[in-house]
Amino acid sequence: MKPVSEAELHAYVDGGLSESATAEIEAWLRAHSEDAERMRAYSEQNAALRSLYDSVLDEPVPAALLAVRSSAWRRYAAAAAIFALGIGLGWMVRGTFITPQIVPVSLARLAATAHAVYSPEVRHPVEVTANEEEHLVGWLSKRLGTTLKAPKLAPLGYELVGGRLLSGPQGPVAHFMYQDGRGQRLTLYVSRQRGEPRDTAFRFSQEDRVSVFYWVDGNFGYALSGEMKREQLLQVAEVVYKQLNP
Amino acid sequence: MDRHLIIEHIPRLRRYARALVGDRYVADDLVQDTLERAWNKFYLWRAGSDLRAWLFTIMHNVFVNQARRRRHEIEQAMDELPAVAVRATQGDHLELQEVDRVLRSLSAEQREVILLVAVEQLTYEQVSRALDIPIGTVMSRLSRARERMRQLLGGQSVMPLKVVK
Repeated sequence: MKPVSEAELHAYVDGGLSESATAEIEAWLRAHSEDAERMRAYSEQNAALRSLYDSVLDEPVPAALLAVRSSAWRRYAAAAAIFALGIGLGWMVRGTFITPQIVPVSLARLAATAHAVYSPEVRHPVEVTANEEEHLVGWLSKRLGTTLKAPKLAPLGYELVGGRLLSGPQGPVAHFMYQDGRGQRLTLYVSRQRGEPRDTAFRFSQEDRVSVFYWVDGNFGYALSGEMKREQLLQVAEVVYKQLNP
Repeated sequence: MDRHLIIEHIPRLRRYARALVGDRYVADDLVQDTLERAWNKFYLWRAGSDLRAWLFTIMHNVFVNQARRRRHEIEQAMDELPAVAVRATQGDHLELQEVDRVLRSLSAEQREVILLVAVEQLTYEQVSRALDIPIGTVMSRLSRARERMRQLLGGQSVMPLKVVK
């Protein structure tokens, strides 16, 4: 009888042999009881391992695993967006670098972006509505660590819709939304500013279709945004500025 | 690029990962990392080649890297540990929990090979490609893993009993 190799014996256990090779191994095993006992044990191991873990195949696949591609894509998209924003900011900063007012530039940009994102919302423009104005102002004040005020713009035809908490580069941001009788919306963005407390003048920035008036008062930056002409927004901005800086 | 190509392999990736690491959540983390890497490298996969073997290759690499990071996971010295027999069965039906316990006592290298062969039923050539090791190494690891399991499961006494007077 031709001796068989260890590899052939394993291949026999794993069903990887041709019919004729299988017959040869079986003849060998009939004559060699020790090998036969070993191969029987190995076959049992195969069966035991399969019955231990085959049930995993019947489990529902967790949603997190099915969503892997989209989450990877989202991360990529987010990174690309941040990169693009960085280029955009860098470019803007380059233009204004001769003045030390770098932060307000990004303040205007961030406020305009928040305005563009939230003001078209029909069903959920705010997190807390003006019905609960006291709660809203108290909540946002607590989160920003200062006493906030929601300016009263009713004399100009704008009623408070409500507000929400946003996340900004310097931490929490308070976002108030106003609306006039025609559905024209304004938003006020209030965020903590990095660095030493300081005051800046009243500034204007046109961010695409959104006009923004913004200023820094102490540790906080304020930006009023609206999709309207500069002159129109200026009237409101002056009132807001006066109410917040009496 | 059809995502269903990869998705239909997830149940088997989960089965292999569960058998390899034991813990359900650690295993699913391994699958998740594997899938992320697979999506990112999908362009490297040659259409028509064995996608399943390719995915096992990725999982192997992720597993090895994770094991390298977690020092306690490095089990290369396990072979040298003294073998302790579970019990001396007379070759009767194997208790599954004992089989699982013995599987955990194998080195990670041996466990990968025996699981890919026994549970995933890859051919030796596929295992060789998936783990990027020569086929001779596949055979020697398989042989040692099986024999170690057999001994620990009591198929053969590991050491002669001392007669205590």
